[in-house]
Amino acid sequence: MTPLLTVSDLRTYFYTGAGIARSVDGVSFSVEPRETLGVVGESGCGKSVTALSILRLIQRPGRIEPGGRIEFEGKDLLQLPEPEIRRVRGNRIAMIFQEPMTALNPVFTVGEQIAEVVRVHAGASRKAAWERAVEMLTLMGIPAPAERARQYPHQLSGGMRQRVMIAMALVMNPALVIADEPTTALDVTIQAQILELLGDLQQRLGTSILLITHDLGVIAETAQRVIVMYAGEVVEQATVGELFAHPHHPYTEGLMQAMPRVGQERERLAVIPGTVPPPTAWPTGCRFRDRCPYAWERCEREHPPLYQIAGGDGRSHVSRCHLADEPERRAQAHAPLAARSNPAS
Amino acid sequence: MTAPPAAPLLAVRDLTKYFPIKRGLLGRTAGAVKAVDGVSFELSPGETLGVVGESGCGKTTMGRAILRLIEPTSGEVRFEGTDIRALDAEGMRRLRRQMQIVFQDPFSSLNPRMTIGAIVREGLTIHRLAEGAAADARVRQLLDEVGLRPEYASRFPHEFSGGQRQRVGIARALSVEPRFIVCDEPVSALDVSVQAQVINLLQDLQRDRKLTYLFIAHDLSVVEHIADRVAVMYLGKIVELAAAADLYREPLMPYTQALLSAVPVPDPTLRKQRIVLTGDVPSPANPPPGCVFHPRCHHPAKDAACTRIIPPLELKGLSHWAACIKQPPTTVGWDAQQSAGATKQPERYLPVMQAVKG
Repeated sequence: MTPLLTVSDLRTYFYTGAGIARSVDGVSFSVEPRETLGVVGESGCGKSVTALSILRLIQRPGRIEPGGRIEFEGKDLLQLPEPEIRRVRGNRIAMIFQEPMTALNPVFTVGEQIAEVVRVHAGASRKAAWERAVEMLTLMGIPAPAERARQYPHQLSGGMRQRVMIAMALVMNPALVIADEPTTALDVTIQAQILELLGDLQQRLGTSILLITHDLGVIAETAQRVIVMYAGEVVEQATVGELFAHPHHPYTEGLMQAMPRVGQERERLAVIPGTVPPPTAWPTGCRFRDRCPYAWERCEREHPPLYQIAGGDGRSHVSRCHLADEPERRAQAHAPLAARSNPAS
Repeated sequence: MTAPPAAPLLAVRDLTKYFPIKRGLLGRTAGAVKAVDGVSFELSPGETLGVVGESGCGKTTMGRAILRLIEPTSGEVRFEGTDIRALDAEGMRRLRRQMQIVFQDPFSSLNPRMTIGAIVREGLTIHRLAEGAAADARVRQLLDEVGLRPEYASRFPHEFSGGQRQRVGIARALSVEPRFIVCDEPVSALDVSVQAQVINLLQDLQRDRKLTYLFIAHDLSVVEHIADRVAVMYLGKIVELAAAADLYREPLMPYTQALLSAVPVPDPTLRKQRIVLTGDVPSPANPPPGCVFHPRCHHPAKDAACTRIIPPLELKGLSHWAACIKQPPTTVGWDAQQSAGATKQPERYLPVMQAVKG
């Protein structure tokens, strides 16, 4: 199958007073048609900047460095002139943001905002665009859609606003939806509604979804494949089943152990000591080594490549960890460096 | 587990907090938001009571009303038998030494113009616990205890990450050696790996200092991990209260069932039967009559009586309280239910919520 989107060696740097922040530093992945690819990682790992880079929404002092490629429907998005990329945004690739309150315009009704997308991209008449907006709200399962369309964002609840965002994203029937933490600001019962809706719409419309989240539970329930990001890089990539069954990278392993789960009592949570280093000063060698319980001298010396792991399900599983080369080291766990310098961890 | 023994540390009775809705030029009171509406519970020394519920359910308001950071509208809060609502300002100031709070947002709850040391030291000064070199030493010791380097005392909050700031907030609460701490979403703003560090710290401190926690959170898995008992709130009321293990194994109130079933399971081999609630939480300014959850309830015996009878929080099993007249046993007899229009007998309803392989 030809991937719908192929990102190769994407680098997005921010030229700040504190130095060059290498927020996204050589990221490659692809999204297949009709699939949901999950992207997990903690704050500051480069997930959102990756998403914004795909749509070329990076503003100064940020810059997408030359050398990378973002291929989508036969075109390199990084080479498109501005008017053409604008035709892609909101049309072929749409984005759902985390905070629907700030992503929606407070002075226009939600119907007008959805209709605007149709008028801009399809050149539809006001009336036709409005009808399409109401139709989209109906599809989102919003009761009394014609009345809701005439309301302003502040008149809607958080879950309702997120449905409006999804309606705006899907109104042009895009090939790809980038959802950046679409349910993080919502309560769990509303989150369940929204995830169900997204899955349902994907089935019906055949959209691919790039789902960015910090919640491994959300990933497990919605994605088919996952990439784990850390310090501006992809550190692991696998199918969802494989990743949860056989996490390879110590960071992935740590994330899974640090998470309390319902129905699983534990005395003490495993922690990943320390914090994500600042993007202006990624450590040399392996960027996770200070927080890693297996790190040895090679990790300081040699920046690990993405190793192929013999996956349990015959599909690609890669991990940016020298353990792939020296698996016997996994038996030699020790206190990470960050735990020794920080008494709390 | 932790059934409340004879002398609770904290006893809350019928606590309410109504916020008036003012309309028009004259500020006429046009109604009230019933943020907390008749909440009762007890907390034993050394216990952690988790409080869960969705945004707007009143959990934060309840936590603050207990500390009188917000003045309650009515009800009783007794700390070791003392009715704190009867205390004057000086009495309250003295009692606050015993009762502290850790806030959710470590970015807005620390004064950006004060050093970490000054922030932690403030409580020592106010309560005249230490001054001069003794206070400095105490601050360094507290920072060390929460896992921060003592030399950080001279730095400002913006120099720290979210997790580190939350440790400062904890050190500040600990400085006056309280016995009871309201933890209001203390880890919600933190990343998973840092969240685990802070949870472990709170647990260590509880063990070492015999602290009692009221742990407010919307994350059900975090609460299950840290709490002995859990209270579930919906529209200002406690709708279920039980030992954590019982509540998660056998949730009786249909709202709790839906809430638990909505939590995503981080295991792709499990498929869970999910109760998806329709609609949003009703406005606390205009809660539904009868059981506040009835418009969204999926209990098969739901009928007209649910729209008329306010269900009492009653014992359904060993130390397991729930507010549902359709979940037996109930003190609201069938006669009373029938005269309120009931057509369906109460029946035990426990949807299969355990995730199943497949």
